[in-house]
Amino acid sequence: MQTLNAMHSKKPDKIPMKNINETVYVTSGADAAAAASNTLRADVKSLSFWYGENRALSSVSMPVWDRKITALIGPSGCGKSTLLRSFNRMHDLYPGNRYDGEIRLYPEDRNLIEMDPGLVRLRVGMVFQKPNPFPKSIFENVAAGLRVRGIHRRAVLDERVEKSLKDAALWNEVKDRMHDSAYSLSGGQQQRLCIARALAPQPDLLLLDEPTSALDPIATAKIEDLLTGLRQSVTVIIVTHNMQQAARISDLTGYMHMGELIEYGDTGELFTNPREKRTSDYITGRFG
Amino acid sequence: MASSPGKQPAQPELESIVRGNRRSDLVMAGIGMIVLLVAMALLAAVFIDLAVKGWPRLINPDFYINFPSRHPEQAGILSAAVGTTLVMLVTALVAIPLGVAAGVYLEEYAARSWITDVIEINVSNLAGVPSIIYGLLALGLFVHAFGLGETILTAGLVLALLILPVIIVATREAIRSIPLELREAAYGLGADKWQTVRLYVLPAARPGILTGAIVGLARAIGEAAPVITIGALTFIAFLPPPPVQAQPPFINFEWLSSPFTVMPIQLFNWVSRPQAEFHINAAATGVVLMVMTLGMNGLAIYIRYRLRRDAR
Ligand SMILES: Nc1ncnc2c1ncn2[C@@H]1O[C@H](COP(=O)(O)OP(=O)(O)OP(=O)(O)O)[C@@H](O)[C@H]1O
Ligand SMILES: [Mg+2]
Repeated sequence: MQTLNAMHSKKPDKIPMKNINETVYVTSGADAAAAASNTLRADVKSLSFWYGENRALSSVSMPVWDRKITALIGPSGCGKSTLLRSFNRMHDLYPGNRYDGEIRLYPEDRNLIEMDPGLVRLRVGMVFQKPNPFPKSIFENVAAGLRVRGIHRRAVLDERVEKSLKDAALWNEVKDRMHDSAYSLSGGQQQRLCIARALAPQPDLLLLDEPTSALDPIATAKIEDLLTGLRQSVTVIIVTHNMQQAARISDLTGYMHMGELIEYGDTGELFTNPREKRTSDYITGRFG
Repeated sequence: MASSPGKQPAQPELESIVRGNRRSDLVMAGIGMIVLLVAMALLAAVFIDLAVKGWPRLINPDFYINFPSRHPEQAGILSAAVGTTLVMLVTALVAIPLGVAAGVYLEEYAARSWITDVIEINVSNLAGVPSIIYGLLALGLFVHAFGLGETILTAGLVLALLILPVIIVATREAIRSIPLELREAAYGLGADKWQTVRLYVLPAARPGILTGAIVGLARAIGEAAPVITIGALTFIAFLPPPPVQAQPPFINFEWLSSPFTVMPIQLFNWVSRPQAEFHINAAATGVVLMVMTLGMNGLAIYIRYRLRRDAR
């Protein structure tokens, strides 16, 4: 019980290592020290999820640390997207879906599963697998989240759009064509535009579902760079099929299998010294 | 060269497969082209026949600025053209907002239940109800029960009812064709349902909705049966009061309660006269109606093309 309480306090002494729902939580000493200076951004507690009768998540528990990049890996169909989309209540758009358990959102310590989904989405941004810009200008795409929040003042929009595009490493490529259609951009540029769009309202948490799976290596490298650059200011959860990518950019990694979180913790530890056989089988390519 | 099982067929075989595919493509294209040509030829034949017959009147400016008359060579379509324009105005102003709102409601807001299923089936079926039935409904409801009389307002309302299903169905289809990713993008930004619909779904669906609306109006413009049923006059030698005036409040709505006639009725009236000279007028009116209908369809195509291009 001591560990659970520790997870809720804003400044835990160390990352809890106790087994909850058989998930193995790994951490190195150095990382525990680093984590000690960290706060929780969200905390998943025994979260299960059903698509109708079909159970896609089984009692997942996972702390999400503030201003860290957390990667979710695992074989296709293991529930990575399902878990990710629970964080912004995307499942609520479709009938028949059901959650059980909690995702506590910090600092106010509320269960986001019981909050108004619209309110949750105002705080949690999302970038999808396929770039999905609106059929509007580049400027209006980035401004969209601000307009949704009732921000229409030109000066504010201009400033926030420019900053978001700079954060998304797209500014130099589009600054002279802000009023061109977003569809005139390449796939990689469109995806960075979608990241800028998600960043503009300054979300507490940014979710990315395989954001580079449709992109070539150069565009992928650009997005990885921008994500590592964001690490100081935004909390990121990223789903990826690419284990090198997870190893390169994330601070923490969770390995999922058949709706369960098998192992979760420091990325370096998990990749070099996995505690679970299923994890090591997966990351060494014997399976999945 | 025979190919062994499991292996890629040899080059000559692949070539013959490609040739075969190309042949069936050609056959299909040919059949499609013939069907299309037959339809176009029929339309063109009707159009040319009418144009040739109506030519003497079509090139005479009097035809467009004269009221109907007992003397065929002096009779014109002014009152019918003005009547059609005003009736269409009422129809568009009533049917488009109602139809779009109903389509949005059914597609985005209505919970799936047997009631919505029944409404859905009914909306589709309404599109197939003979237009004279709408006329009877309007005669009972608008003319008598509501006491609106045999006026432009009544005609506009009945034609609006007539094309409402077309607009509802077009709106729903246009909305349904908006990819899920676009909606998820909007919701993902924290937009609520109304913002998502208003800011992202409806603008993207606009080409489809506008096309449906214009196709609906193009149908309404040629309808005679329901308008006759509600008691439109066949001989009108005056214009409704103008909708704008010099004195405040500058607009007036008296025209709504004015008697009127419309072009299809004028056409029908002239066709049923025994004198052959009137038939020339009828043919000319037919040409004008067809030009208006085709023009509206052309406009629909143009708008769709423009909006699609702008959306790229
Ligand atoms: N809309 C849905 N309705 C029903 N079942 C679904 C739905 N979406 C996903 N599932 C099921 O839930 C399970 C988890 O799916 P999920 O999309 O989360 O997997 P994933 O780990 O993201 O896989 P991938 O790597 O292929 O994207 C799968 O078994 C899938 O079949
Ligand atoms: Mg997925």
